[in-house]
Amino acid sequence: MSARYQVIHDTHYRYDSPVSLAQQLAHLWPRPCAWQRCTEQVLQISPTPTQRRDEWDVFGNPLTRLAFERQHEQLQVVARLQIEVLPRAEPQFSASPAWEQVRDALTYASQPLSGELLQACRYRFESPYVHLKQRFVAFSESCFAAGQPMLLGVQALMEKIFSEFTFDATATQVATPLVEVLERRRGVCQDFAHLMLACLRSRGLAARYVSGYLLTRPPPGQPRLVGADASHAWISVFCPTQGWVDFDPTNNLRPALEHITLAWGRDFSDVSPLRGVILGGGNHDPEVQVTVMPLDEYQV
Amino acid sequence: MPDLFDACPVSPGTYHEMLEGQGQVREHWQRVCAYLQRSGRAQLAQRQASLTRQLQENGVTYNVYADPKGADRPWELDLLPHLLPACEWQQLAAGVAQRARLLNAVLADIYGPQQLISEGLLPAELVYGHNNFLWPCQGISPPDGTFLHVYAVDLARAPDGRWWVTADRTQAPSGAGYALENRTIVSRALPELYRDLKVQHLAGFFRTLQQTLVHLAPGESDSPLVVVLTPGRFNESYFEHLYLARQLGYPLVEGCDLTVRDATVYLKTLSGLRRVHAIMRRLDDDFCDPLELRTDSALGVPGLLDAVRQGRVLVANALGSGVLESPGLLGFLPAINQRLFAEDLCLPSIATWWCGEPAVMARALEQLPQLLVKPAFPSQSFNAVFGRDLDKAGRQALAERIQARPYAYVAQELAQLSQAPVWQQEPGQLQSRAIGMRVYAVASAEGYRVLPGGLTRVAALADAEVVSMQRGGASKDTWVVADTAPSGEQWRTQHTLGVADLIRKDPYLPSRVVENLFWFGRYCERCDASARLLRIILTRYLDGDDPLALQAAVTLADELSLLPEEGTLPERVRAALADSDWAFSLRANLQRLQWAASQVRGKLSRENWQALVELQNESRSLENQTADFGEQVDVLNRLVMSMAALSGFALDDMTRDEGWRFLMIGRRIERLQSLCSSLAVYLRGPTVFDQAGLEWLLELGNSSITYRSRYLAVAQLIPVLDLLLLDEQNPHAVLFQLNLLVRAYGRLSKEFASSPEPALALLADQLKHFDLRSLEDSLFGAASVRAVLTGLADLLQSIATASGEISERLALRHFAHVDDVSQQTVSV
Repeated sequence: MSARYQVIHDTHYRYDSPVSLAQQLAHLWPRPCAWQRCTEQVLQISPTPTQRRDEWDVFGNPLTRLAFERQHEQLQVVARLQIEVLPRAEPQFSASPAWEQVRDALTYASQPLSGELLQACRYRFESPYVHLKQRFVAFSESCFAAGQPMLLGVQALMEKIFSEFTFDATATQVATPLVEVLERRRGVCQDFAHLMLACLRSRGLAARYVSGYLLTRPPPGQPRLVGADASHAWISVFCPTQGWVDFDPTNNLRPALEHITLAWGRDFSDVSPLRGVILGGGNHDPEVQVTVMPLDEYQV
Repeated sequence: MPDLFDACPVSPGTYHEMLEGQGQVREHWQRVCAYLQRSGRAQLAQRQASLTRQLQENGVTYNVYADPKGADRPWELDLLPHLLPACEWQQLAAGVAQRARLLNAVLADIYGPQQLISEGLLPAELVYGHNNFLWPCQGISPPDGTFLHVYAVDLARAPDGRWWVTADRTQAPSGAGYALENRTIVSRALPELYRDLKVQHLAGFFRTLQQTLVHLAPGESDSPLVVVLTPGRFNESYFEHLYLARQLGYPLVEGCDLTVRDATVYLKTLSGLRRVHAIMRRLDDDFCDPLELRTDSALGVPGLLDAVRQGRVLVANALGSGVLESPGLLGFLPAINQRLFAEDLCLPSIATWWCGEPAVMARALEQLPQLLVKPAFPSQSFNAVFGRDLDKAGRQALAERIQARPYAYVAQELAQLSQAPVWQQEPGQLQSRAIGMRVYAVASAEGYRVLPGGLTRVAALADAEVVSMQRGGASKDTWVVADTAPSGEQWRTQHTLGVADLIRKDPYLPSRVVENLFWFGRYCERCDASARLLRIILTRYLDGDDPLALQAAVTLADELSLLPEEGTLPERVRAALADSDWAFSLRANLQRLQWAASQVRGKLSRENWQALVELQNESRSLENQTADFGEQVDVLNRLVMSMAALSGFALDDMTRDEGWRFLMIGRRIERLQSLCSSLAVYLRGPTVFDQAGLEWLLELGNSSITYRSRYLAVAQLIPVLDLLLLDEQNPHAVLFQLNLLVRAYGRLSKEFASSPEPALALLADQLKHFDLRSLEDSLFGAASVRAVLTGLADLLQSIATASGEISERLALRHFAHVDDVSQQTVSV
């Protein structure tokens, strides 16, 4: 059984003062992966960019580069996708190797490295939003007993974050440092994903940040509201025997048919849906509306 | 009298650059020693003094962040050069060139196929874990495969006389400019020796650098535009950036001077955007592009990386080359050189244990007391620590820290530094100090070429074992002494220039510089005017014999917002002088003046800069809380004098290019505004005909002397107004300044094809036809004179307003794109 969705991701900047020059990088097109099929994708941009180039970033994600060289007071970027998500094979958690074994396999040992391990190593170190610290090791201590099969340990970590942290959209901003998130025990999906990455990487494991969308359910008896959703983030961890396995610490579940993958990288900074540099502009809080709708509902 | 060399013993277990084990002078030092003996103490002291003076004049400063004494402090230079015989140098240079080639190849692999990592020759930890490994640069191949255009290596000499590598500098190696400047100064201080020893010249290196940049820059042009990109004046080596830029003949720019359009880099100049073909960057890797690299930095150029990716601009060194600046790499390089070039590395590097391998870490931990532990990556908040400085508990804590993230730590043997003689002015002797040497290589079509010389750094204290640029100490010129006369000529800026190359104006004047020149001019006049008025108030207050004149001056200061409203008069005056929290204080304006000046430092002569430094010292004494008003008057006198010096420099010391014209327009606008507003207020006041009032008005307009020499009479309204308003020969008269402003502005409008400003010319005409006789004619009595004065005050006010409008027009037309601030945006 697969699931099909219509996704609309609308980002709208209304600048306080005119912007004379702007460059934007968009990670709004889904990367090709075995468990997803994109049947329609459109990017509407207003004003018309002076330049637009679609290419691949270094992590294999589609990347759209935009430049605006004429003065403008608003910027609107709307991504529309129709996408089908297919079921993925269930990994065998208890059959995964002990976490120390995985850590050691990722450690330098004066030996040639397989392509798969080399790829995994990209996601093992510090990145702009994920600093490695002893306190993340301490926080995850209870999840990774000696000899614990790695995926069971990761599962336990996800549960720990889910149960000990409160989702609070007002608690953090994009740049809130992780130690603060850890102290205040609240945050949003980006924070929880970053925190989980910090714990795993501080232990020498390889884990990446996944940016995407999640189907949300309206309260019982109420209709689905357009624009009520948000972009979502979770993580994926590398297991030498089972490949990359996804975990969603915000919802304490393994992404399956209701998670739509857009892009992955070391952290949010690699795959921010839309980021750029503008000249002028004054204040510029964007209005972001995301709608994820099962396709059958949408057509009705 | 003790011998010059008495305090220069050979310590056992170290190599002495001048002396052999038994105390004999090494061969290549003998002529120098003979020269030193011959010269005698007094002459050496005198030469060192003149060298130090030269250095100060050049403003060689090494700005250390967080220096409590301010950003500038002198960088010492030793009279004695560090000598290396040519035969020894050749081997060393070959080793440096080999190492540069190797590191360039490693970069090509890291940013290309990453074969070295997958083969296990290079740990992924040291690359992917390094904050200067820039993922977005992966896959970019720079022209000719050259990543390292300039490379530097830090060397130390072991007791056996061999040079060992202690560190590699690959991202924006600093110090070559200092090496060049040291050479210029020391060769002048010791001209006979310099000639006799046939010292190798440095010119070829810098010429090669220029050629390489021209050769590798994209585009068809024979004379591509190369700029030097600096983080700005707060950078610790800003002076060097300025010095190098001048020597190489490249504009020195900051990130905000450049803009990227359509993946092409442009310099924002007064006359529009100009394509930049190559950038010699002094900015760290991750700061270079806030769009794709470090997103919290405002120093870089948004879009630069994409311009590089599209091959539209050359950046030297290539972005991302800082990844090689990790001590962890040292141990892996010999095997990599074998793999890539089937050669042994000529230069050994200091024994280094990278802790990322469990067995290596275990060995390093065992020997911790003898080792130096360093961070593997610059982003770590960990300072290098000597194992021997730690007690047992400290070592235990360090070991735990290392074990928690082994790959982030490196243990090194302590470098054993050689000793060299340095001249000590007190007590007039040579003393031995530890030295280290930084040597430079530059890429050329025939491989890497090594600078025959370098920057030798000297430890600050006699027993110091560490030399560092940031911890005091001094530097030495480095002489490679040849058997034959050096080839090539001395360093001179560039090739022979013919008539066709003649340039009458700087085509690459960044708009930011022009804007700051304009404001520099305005603040000079503003400070001058407010210093004069405050001096008038202070002296009248001290004399205390004419309360009416004092009150009129205070009213004027109030009207011009030169005095804060609150407090007693002495309190208000004190605040007006020195309260830097009050936006209109003299101190605050002097700070703005200094800021603008620092932004245009490259356009100011050495003497002009010196005058600014003195002005800064004067303005510090304003802050002296205990100074009484008499002393404050002295300070104001000196300030007015310094301002006059600056005005002299503006008139006679600067090339009259576009930048200068903006500076002068700034000065004229400011002077007009202050003169007109002051006169307008005065004419409306009660002391119009008052002698004491007119006296200070003349003083304010700097025209007392002229008045006295002309009239031999007390100050009276009509002649005072003639002098301050209408005298076209008096630079302090309104009409004089107005005429010049109209002319300068008209010329600017013509050149930049913009609309002229008729209002100003009209006002000038009105003023010119103002007839002072209307003040004499008593036909309609005192009331009519009042009306005339009010009319005149209105006219002056209109002139002040119109000149303010000119300022705004200029800002809109010429500086608008400078003003805007780049900012990051991010959305989820």
